[in-house]
Amino acid sequence: MNDTASTPASTAQEWPLWEIFVRPKAGLDHKHCGSLHAPDAKMAVQLAREVYTRRQEGTSVWVVKSSDITASDPGDKGMLFDPMEDKVYRHPTFYELPDSVNHM
Amino acid sequence: MTAVATSIRVHLVPPVQYVLRIADTCLIHAQRLVEWCGHGPVLEEDIALTNMALDLVGQARALLSHAGRLEGQGFDEDQLAFLRDERQVFNLTLVEQPLRRSSAHAPGGDFADTVLRNFLLATWLKGLWTRMAASSEADLAAIAGKAVKEARYHQQHAGDWVVRLGDGTDESAARLRAALERAWPYTHEMFKRDAVDTVAEAAGLGPARDALQADWLREVAAVFGEAGLEVPAETPFMSTGTQGRHSEHMGFILAEMQSLQRQFPGGRW
Repeated sequence: MNDTASTPASTAQEWPLWEIFVRPKAGLDHKHCGSLHAPDAKMAVQLAREVYTRRQEGTSVWVVKSSDITASDPGDKGMLFDPMEDKVYRHPTFYELPDSVNHM
Repeated sequence: MTAVATSIRVHLVPPVQYVLRIADTCLIHAQRLVEWCGHGPVLEEDIALTNMALDLVGQARALLSHAGRLEGQGFDEDQLAFLRDERQVFNLTLVEQPLRRSSAHAPGGDFADTVLRNFLLATWLKGLWTRMAASSEADLAAIAGKAVKEARYHQQHAGDWVVRLGDGTDESAARLRAALERAWPYTHEMFKRDAVDTVAEAAGLGPARDALQADWLREVAAVFGEAGLEVPAETPFMSTGTQGRHSEHMGFILAEMQSLQRQFPGGRW
């Protein structure tokens, strides 16, 4: 029903997208868990709390504007990551870790 | 077929009415917020409003159960929520006013009314819970100690929205001012001490309403300042929901809330 001539492109008036990172408990890393729309960083933190920590998933939240993330090009996947395929010696699998060392 | 449940009659001693006022304010406020479920302006805020409503339902449940124990006839939270008639429900009149959609019996209301009311109420409840955390009754102190964290968040979230709308576009600021004009006359009742308050205060159950006014006004004025809103002048109008005398909207919201429990008494799922 919109008059397309006077309506801006569909995403032009949307809130920016934010990537949400949640730390499940002290000592663990923040993990990416999804994204949401919010008008600014402060509200993004609040809405991340609403959307992603409703079941006690988190003790801390980071938000990052999606447009501030620079990503590798999927087309470069072969060039960037395949050369590591045959370098098994880079894995620390030759050490035995005591059981008490968690989260390595 | 089970019989339709008949209304209960609560024996109204001041401590019971004191607790019911707070419980009913949380319950009816939650019911209005829940009307946004599935209709929020954006998905994220839809979830936020529903989460806050659930916090308020939790507070209402705990208080209704406590009121039932105080009252002595053995009513449980469901009976108290769903089988009392309008004259025995004691919420602040502000929270029963329509929020979301316009219709013949529910004029006005938009998102500005929602965030503003939520902010005014959360600020009031925060002050109430803060003081009630020192209640002479251990149950009330425990309920308040948990609820104050929830109210603090509600106040921050709703307050941020008030600033955004007030300091946003001409349209959002005008809508917020209109919402404030609608809500403000009902805030008078939030601070009107009566005999019930005096008994509760003397027994150390919790604060009398007038004791909440100074902090409330200071916190509200600070956010209004950021939002470019003027604190309106006091009006002589005094609403009376906390006495059980409600506005024309109360019957409709109670009917919607209560019809299921009245048709299927004791129904659970």
